[in-house]
Amino acid sequence: MGDRRRFPALLPLLASGGVLAFVGRAVLALPPAANGLAVEMRDGAKASGIKNVVTAVLLDFRGYDTLLEIAVLMLATVAVLSLREDPAALSRRIAGRAGPVLGALTRTLAPLMIIVAGHLVWVGSSEPGGAFQGGAVLGAAGILLVLSGYAQPAWAGQRIVRWVLTVGLLAFIGVALYPMFGGGSLLQYPAESRKSLILFIEILLTLSIGASILSLFLASASATAGGERP
Amino acid sequence: MSTYLVYTAGGVLLYALGTYGLLAKRHLIHKVISANFMGSGVFLILIGLGNRSPEGGPDPVPQAMVLTGIVVTVALTALGLAIVKRYYTATGLDNLDDEPSAGGDR
Repeated sequence: MGDRRRFPALLPLLASGGVLAFVGRAVLALPPAANGLAVEMRDGAKASGIKNVVTAVLLDFRGYDTLLEIAVLMLATVAVLSLREDPAALSRRIAGRAGPVLGALTRTLAPLMIIVAGHLVWVGSSEPGGAFQGGAVLGAAGILLVLSGYAQPAWAGQRIVRWVLTVGLLAFIGVALYPMFGGGSLLQYPAESRKSLILFIEILLTLSIGASILSLFLASASATAGGERP
Repeated sequence: MSTYLVYTAGGVLLYALGTYGLLAKRHLIHKVISANFMGSGVFLILIGLGNRSPEGGPDPVPQAMVLTGIVVTVALTALGLAIVKRYYTATGLDNLDDEPSAGGDR
């Protein structure tokens, strides 16, 4: 084992060199100018009423990807939650550790972060922003609240949090299936309510993504919190 | 030499580095980080290639795909780390090369 660490292992070196050559060659072989789908997407976004093209792609043109992505995120959260060992360990570790500076900072930052999250979702239809950005800020606000002792880490597995975790995916599935009752196909939003439906999904997705990020953090932090080994 | 090639070449390099780390490193957390490297490389390649349009801005489709990919990477990383930590508490090992001692599992 000692000998193996002295030199870079040959086989991985060869493999990564091969990957470098292969992918590099494939990338260089592409034409230097290509429009891709930029023009079509911009026209399509104009027609759909969502001015931010990336949001239009995410939730409209490629909504199926986003639906499955949320399912992946939720499944991973459920898996991580089921792997945690001692949910109370983190709160024992945090209890009484937050000083006055962190407390004051948190009292100022947390409400601001919640407002920023809401703003990001709201502008997501016309400017850069959207459910994922908003959800990330919301999740970070939750982590800050937990680490400074304002929120209980143990609530990661509670019933209400599980509902918040799933509500985004459930709403998305509901909205995706809804057109099928009228003879449409999956994710074919009705033209007149497209924008409000997308905003509705985005708001619920933000809550779910925020809860997911917070749960992922809390569950993995409580897995071996305290560092003690059995 | 155009700008998109800089990003794309950086992405290819990151991907190859991640491949090396994933295969050569023994520590499981190194492997998780290497998988993250590979993911970031793919994102850079996608973003770089999406910026080749001669007219009117970058292609939004790769951007949306990368946004999706980032979230999946976060999920992958969290799950990977949780499994690594659980494996460590169960066996006391941080790699898959050593055999867990009998009775080490609780």
